[in-house]
Formats: sequence, structure tokens, C-alpha cells
Amino acid sequence: MPQQKRRIVTIKVDALARVEGEGALHIKARDGRPEEVRLDIYEPPRFFEALLRGRNAAEAPDITARICGICPVAYLMSACNALENLLGLSPPPAIRDLRLLLYYGEWIESHTLHIFLLHAPDFLGYASAIHLANDHPDVVQEALRVKKLGNALVTLLGGREIHPVNVRVGGFYSVPHPRDLRAMRDRLLWARDAMAERARWVAGLDFPDFEGDYEFVALRHPDEYAILEGRVVSSRGIDISVSRYDEVFEEQQVPHSNALHSVIRGRGSYLVGPLARFNLNFAQLSPTAREVATAVGAVPPIRNPFKSIIVRSLEVVHALEEASMLVERYEPPERAAVEYAVKAGVGYGASEAPRGILYHRYRVDAQGLIADANIVPPTAQNQKRIEEDLWHFAPQVLGLPVEKATWLCEQAIRNYDPCISCATHFLRLTIERVSGTG
Amino acid sequence: MPVRTGRKPKLAVWKFASCDGCQLTLLDCEDELLAIAGEVEIAYFLEASRAIVKGPYDLSVVEGSISSPEQVEAIRKVRQQSKFLVAMGACASGGGIQSLRNFADVKEYMQAVYPTPEYVRTLDKSLPMSAYVPVDLELKGCSPSKAQLLEVISAFLNGRRPNVPTHSVCVDCKRQGIACVIVALGLPCLGPVTQTGCGVLCPSHRRACYGCFGPMETPNTESLGAWFTLMGVPSDSLMRLFRTFNAYAPAFKEASERYASAEATHSHDQG
Repeated sequence: MPQQKRRIVTIKVDALARVEGEGALHIKARDGRPEEVRLDIYEPPRFFEALLRGRNAAEAPDITARICGICPVAYLMSACNALENLLGLSPPPAIRDLRLLLYYGEWIESHTLHIFLLHAPDFLGYASAIHLANDHPDVVQEALRVKKLGNALVTLLGGREIHPVNVRVGGFYSVPHPRDLRAMRDRLLWARDAMAERARWVAGLDFPDFEGDYEFVALRHPDEYAILEGRVVSSRGIDISVSRYDEVFEEQQVPHSNALHSVIRGRGSYLVGPLARFNLNFAQLSPTAREVATAVGAVPPIRNPFKSIIVRSLEVVHALEEASMLVERYEPPERAAVEYAVKAGVGYGASEAPRGILYHRYRVDAQGLIADANIVPPTAQNQKRIEEDLWHFAPQVLGLPVEKATWLCEQAIRNYDPCISCATHFLRLTIERVSGTG
Repeated sequence: MPVRTGRKPKLAVWKFASCDGCQLTLLDCEDELLAIAGEVEIAYFLEASRAIVKGPYDLSVVEGSISSPEQVEAIRKVRQQSKFLVAMGACASGGGIQSLRNFADVKEYMQAVYPTPEYVRTLDKSLPMSAYVPVDLELKGCSPSKAQLLEVISAFLNGRRPNVPTHSVCVDCKRQGIACVIVALGLPCLGPVTQTGCGVLCPSHRRACYGCFGPMETPNTESLGAWFTLMGVPSDSLMRLFRTFNAYAPAFKEASERYASAEATHSHDQG
């Protein structure tokens, strides 16, 4: 074999910023082709599934909420869904509406946090939103105002923004007075219009030219853009009830990660989150969200993961619009919660966390204690897909200066708004360049 | 507390084993965030910024418990670089919900969660920061109070001691005139032994306090537990009641161990 000049490039980031939790990225490439791509999740595990055993099933919502301070409502809801599935409970429409409203509050808060504080700085070349605010104070101040409104909804219904206290299996501990909800309406409509305008601004950012070949997986509900519950559907024909989740999906462990990787059995990676929901359920977005989407040419299928920031903006518009209608029509339920008797069995539940499907399964004994638990967070489901994006995206950037290439790879990871604290937890990215003969 | 000099003080925010909620508390200060950024140099805050300024840091706010060998080294380095170190939240100050492993066999825990436990490095116990380094202030709560965090930052900037009360939730509940959930609803409420700071959230939502701010200064868990026993709460429920988000805070740890052994004796008598 003739001697040939080879160039080895390694991209390395030890502590990835603007993500939730701790992780690292390592890419090694030879002659412009990646040889190794690793999203190292080194955040130490907290063993939730083990510590849940022997706890009262009624404690599962509050305990699992502590998996993630960014999306505690998602954990509260998926846990309640799973246990109510086991108990055969279905809370009345007024309670369901309050849950939707609480969840929209979390979507608004979490999405505006990610769009403007964590992701937009990448597109505009700033290290953080604080730096961004020096040049574009209006963008950041408006985002903070909308974020605060999302938090206000969560606080009104849940008691506080992080780890709300007011949710229980069967409903709530107490319910708000209609006048307190009505008082939110004008602010929600202001925010809807502000974010509709801002979504156009987001759609005008520069997007790297990149598309992935994804299987999109999301919940689907007959009457609404699914968030609280639904069937699990995919762009390649999956259509199952949540109770069959384990038959179709499985979790695998890899040596470099404290988060398990989810795959579709016999098929491989898939994508959950805003892009999946948008591509599968576009027609159910609120009228204003669809109108803006059409106006900016953001229509399904969107396969460029960098454009997830547009979809998040549209989902914020949707959440604000839906929330404004819910506060208007709210009439308090007769009772804050549906009572139940303890029952043994297995319960399955899922909901759409801001980052995608969050699945819970519990087996409960006759005393009402948890015998075993399984929790699959969205970032665990996307983790393999993030690595695959980097395999395909890296060749486009490996010729650039290291600092630029590294930043673009970080941005590609942030497309997923990864929550490593959920999956276990923080990212490290490494670009290493070596040249020599080989 | 250090007195302010000409340059802006450097703020660092660190994460250990946790849910990110405590750091998010800072980003949730929507009205104050840009003002804070004007008063301090945000020198290290990975959740918010990829710009990193080298230490030493004037004020370090740290979330999370210490649960792996790497974290033991890391918290020592943070301590060396920090003039004033705040352990923020239930994990940093009381070990967090993950300290439930301290009452179990961690190897068995690993096998329950991971098919190949050898890939995972962890310590037998999840401990509060103070188990490894001196801490200047503990801010309790799961999640901690935004107002208390702002008070700590404001006190720091003005060179005074922060005003963080250590009396019970129960006292504030009475002050606010909320109907007692123990008396009116017959619920086992931890308000009498839990430190205030949440704003009496649970009782004001007709729920029993579940102790997420951890033990108050001088809690009498034994007396409260005796009342709950009289109310008919079984000892295994009492054990779980004290063993949640501050399971390894000494007063709650002792209380839960008391009811765990009562439960063991009870089961033995039955069996």
C-alpha cells in the first residue's frame, strides 16, 4: 500500500454549555471522515428506578419530578397518567383542562428558556443570552417576559414554578378561582401576538444546510396537538397504545454514557420532541401557529434539526393561544381530585414533555407500594439520534477552524435541547486535530 | 462576607448530582436577571453561558449532592477557588432524594437500573457538600426559594449577612391564618419540624407539608411522630414521610430510622 498523508482531527468539548446536565462530546475524524463520535454523559446516576421501589405509588409524581427541575410538570403528568391507567381513573374535563393549562405553562417556560437563553445565542454568535442582551435588549427582555408568564401559570396551578406541590393522582389538592385564571387572559393574548411576531424573526436566522433521515415519534390525540396523553405514532407506521411501548422500544446501555440509549426494536434510532410533534401533528396546531408557520414557509416535513428552534417558537404560540382559551372557559370542578382505592397491577403513562415523549411504567402491589418502575425520558430516546446527526454533520465542519467547528457541533447538540439531568445528566465536546503519516 | 471593591465580583454556579432546578431558580429571576448580570460578572455558569472566566470566584452557588469519586475531587477544587460558598437546595444541603441509596445497597441499586453496572462509577452514599468541604451558607429547599436566593446575592453585594429565617413552616402558617391541616383535615403535616422559606405552600393548597425545606433549627420529630401515631399513621408511612428530599439531613435521618426500626419490630411481632 502506498504511503499516504493522513490527517486526524479530534473535536473535544469537556463541558458542554447551555444544556441541562453534564456531558461531553468527542469526535475523532481521519481525512475529513468521522471515525468516532461519542456523546459522553458523565453525570452520575441517581437511581430513581431503584429508589422508587417500596415507596407508596401516590408519591411517584413528586419523587419523579425531582428527576428534572426544568420539566417537573412532565414528570408529574406522566406519573399520574401511569397510575391512573392502573387504577382505571379518568379525571373530569375541568381537571383535565387545568392539567393542560399547567403543562402549557411549562412548555412556554421551558421553550422560551431554550429558544432565547440557550439556543438563539448560537445562531447570532453570542456566548450567552446575557451577551446577546447587550446588543439586543428588546429580544431578551421580551423573552423573559413571556418566560415569566409561563412560570406564572405553573405557579398559579402548581404553587411554585420548580417542583410544584399541588398535583396528585386523581387531580389536584386545590383548584384556583376562575377570576384568577381570567386575569391571565390579556397577558396570554399579548404574549401570543408578541411570539407570533418573534417566530418570524426566529425563522429568519441562518440555518446550516443539513437534513437527517429521521423516524419521528410522538404522541397523537384525536382532538388536540397531543401533550397530556395519546397514542404513540411514528412517521414509519408505528401506531400503538402507550401500554405497548415496551414491545416496540427498548433501552440499551453503552460504555460511555450513564444514560441508556433507546431504540426501536430491530430498527434503531428515532427522534422525539418538537420536530416529531410538528411533522406528525401539524394540522392540530392552533390557528395562529399554523398561520405563522405557513407565512414563514415552515411546513412539514422539516428535517433540518437546526430548525427545531422555529418549531419551538410555533409551539409557544400554540401553547399561549390554547392557554388563553382555557382560562376563558374554566369552571371549577366539583372536587379538586377523584378519590380512589389502592389496587395492584401495572400502569402505563406517557405525555409530551417539552423535549419529547416521557414514558412511565409502574408495577404496584396490593398495599399500594411500587414493586418496580421504568422511566424513559426524551433525552435518552434522542441520545443515539444526536450522535448520528454528528456523524453526518461533522464532515461539513471539519475543514473549519477548530473553534468554529466546535461551536457548530455544540449547536447541533443543542438542537435537541438535551436534558442530561433527565437522561442522567452534562455534555463535554472535544475537537482534537492530529496530522501525520499513517 | 467580603466587602465590595472596584471590580465586579465574580459569580460562579456549579452543578453536582441534581435536577438543575436550583440553577434554574436563578434563570427564573426574570425581572432581576439582567440587573444581576450588571452587578456581578457571571464568570462560570455552564447552564447559561459557554464563556468561562477563570477563578478565583467571589461567590459560588453550588447545587447537587456529592455522589461519585470525581465529584469529591471537583467540590474540593470549587472550594479552593471560592471565597464564599453557598450550598443551594436540598441535594447540596441534605443529600437529596438520591440519598435514599444511603439506606440501601448501592450495588443492588445499580443492577436494578443498569444492565452492565461495571460501566457506572458511583459512591455508596450521596452526601451533602458539608460532608467534604466547609460551606459558608446552606440554602434549603426542593426547590429553594427565589426570594431567598435574591436575598443571598443582594446581601453578598452589600457586604451584610443574608436574612434567612430558621423557624418552622408551622409558625408562618399560623401567622398567615391558614387553617391547620393536621387539625382540620387530619393530615400528617411536617410543618412543625420543617424550616420555613417556601411561603407555606402545601398547607395553603390543603396539603400536608412534606418537608422539602428540611429540618428547622431544633425540631422535635419524636413528639410530632407520636401525635401522628395516635392519629393512626403506621410506622412505615412515618418512615417514608421523613425519608424524602432531605433524607440525609441528620434530624430527618434519625426520625426515619426510628420508624424503620419500629416497623421492623412490628413486622417481627406479626410474623
